[in-house]
Amino acid sequence: MVKEAAIREPLILGNKSYSDITNDVISPIMNKAPKAWYVLISIAAVIALWGLGCIMYLIGTGIGTWGLNKTVGWAWDITNFVWWVGIGHAGTLISAVLLLFRQKWRMAINRSAEAMTIFAVMMAAVFPGIHMGRIWLAYFVFPVPNQFGSLWVNFNSPLLWDVFAISTYFSVSLVFWYIGLIPDFATIRDKVTDPIRKKIYSLLSFGWSGRAKHWNRFEEVSLVLAGMATPLVFSVHSIVSMDFATSVIPGWHTTIFPPYFVSGAVFSGFAMVQTLLLIMRKVMKLESYVTIKHIEYMNIVIIVTGSIVGVAYITELFISWYSGVEYESYAFINRFSGPYWWSYWSMMTCNVISPQLFWVKKWRRNLSFTFVMSIIVNIGMWFERFVIIVTSLHRDYLPSSWTMFYPTWVDIGVFIGTIGIFFVLFLLFTRFFPVLALNEVKSILKSSGEEYKNKPDNHNHH
Amino acid sequence: MNTEKIIYGMYDDEQELMGAAKSLVSKGVKVTEVYSPFPIHGLDPIIGIRPTRLGDMAFIYGLFGMTMALIGMRYFMVVDWPMNIGGKPNFSLLENLPAFIPVTFEFTVLCACHGMAITYMFRNKTLPGMPASNPDPRTTDNMFVIELNTADNKDFSSEQLSGWLKETPVVELTEKVYTIQEEI
Repeated sequence: MVKEAAIREPLILGNKSYSDITNDVISPIMNKAPKAWYVLISIAAVIALWGLGCIMYLIGTGIGTWGLNKTVGWAWDITNFVWWVGIGHAGTLISAVLLLFRQKWRMAINRSAEAMTIFAVMMAAVFPGIHMGRIWLAYFVFPVPNQFGSLWVNFNSPLLWDVFAISTYFSVSLVFWYIGLIPDFATIRDKVTDPIRKKIYSLLSFGWSGRAKHWNRFEEVSLVLAGMATPLVFSVHSIVSMDFATSVIPGWHTTIFPPYFVSGAVFSGFAMVQTLLLIMRKVMKLESYVTIKHIEYMNIVIIVTGSIVGVAYITELFISWYSGVEYESYAFINRFSGPYWWSYWSMMTCNVISPQLFWVKKWRRNLSFTFVMSIIVNIGMWFERFVIIVTSLHRDYLPSSWTMFYPTWVDIGVFIGTIGIFFVLFLLFTRFFPVLALNEVKSILKSSGEEYKNKPDNHNHH
Repeated sequence: MNTEKIIYGMYDDEQELMGAAKSLVSKGVKVTEVYSPFPIHGLDPIIGIRPTRLGDMAFIYGLFGMTMALIGMRYFMVVDWPMNIGGKPNFSLLENLPAFIPVTFEFTVLCACHGMAITYMFRNKTLPGMPASNPDPRTTDNMFVIELNTADNKDFSSEQLSGWLKETPVVELTEKVYTIQEEI
């Protein structure tokens, strides 16, 4: 057994055995759901249904029901798309990048973070889909042979790169997640007694039996998938940023965008993980696995990425003046002092100033404070996309076409609705899926468990 | 008719299983299989499991994806319908390569990941609807099992094998007799 430095805080608290880990994680699946779960899923389902209704109304009537106008042709739709894709970056970052860096603390959070990633990317995909107006023609984004005089999609366009990036990211994340889930479904299969459930979980577990050779392959697949998912995470949001950066709109035409967007995505993704995990660990009694130390580690990632985002904002502002391009500098002056000044300053407060509070150790280990901060960061990151998109567009080159963007009830309804759908999916996940990677958590029990760390010698524990 | 025996030795700790496997292998016993709830690091070389070649397969799938992406984009954008975008027409693959990098990368990753995942499923024979074959339901929870098959250990009697297993800190010992129909 590899011994870990004694000064490292344990990642599994209390006196846990392997079967305790199994029972703690799958007892929510075996037992009846608590009342709070029914209350939460009902609220989420109502919001989700409202959102679906708005989407159907939108598809039936047309995107004229949004508040878009001739000058602001992109507003909440793309804002929400980028916001959701950004949130979807934490899961794969946690499970892939932290796997490559051998960070053991990822093991307690990667499963739920990946679930969050998958659901967030699904929500993101809603927006370009419905923005097409005629969603039944969505297959046109793929290079399918057709009768229109062999008309192909434009491979020089970042919007098409986005199609490839998002679909690759979604499907690879899904496969990565499911491969990790198979052994844990097998654990549930061997544990449940109800015949119907046993049947469902044995179907889901693909007949996994935990043979040594299979584990050998499992680890190789996890490592190689992590190795490929790591550049994939960075490429996806870089490509999303190129949707803007390769255009010629002042405020968008910026080479700093790819790294700035990627760190912003990780920043907002971790904030969403915090929001979800802080509730989950409490409701599902997982405090021994998702410890204060885990929360602190994630808050440290939030400080780092939040600071990168802050530097990017200021660099952008400086370069807009230093470049000497008057259109560029006007776009930025308009951002912080124009009619949308409030959104710029909310973004600055939420994303640049507030994460710096985590430098105080006591605060970053405080759960209520972290929870409030995670919400603030997500609001800030939504404003960031709104600022970039709407304030760069609303004052066109011709002052005669200057305008403002006002969301309609459909804009608001679709956005709120996707939050509802997201929470419905996540709540279903917590009810029926193992929310912790059982096999991975068990494998670090002896190196990072509190009981084993406090023993004088890890080798002779019998 | 030929009777063979499978002996399962169950352990409640992976280090003890590893020690037992080591002592068995040192006596020349072939460990047929090990079932565990999580990967046991360091076990593979002891029981003679070679490193998997799935990583090499991923590389091949990735190369395939990269080739397909480049051939496809050359056909769509250069051969079949060259577009003139902002006075920058597509004359050759090389001139357009910078714009093709993102899709090439994504498609390479797509093919490598899915190709490897599918190969992994088939090699493991873990596919939807497959029956589980672990000898005891506890092996996916907290127990670790060594499987010895007398068919793989012709030099030893089953009594010898179970005797050696009993020398290790084994928790449970079960034996299963099965018959092999000999070909006539």
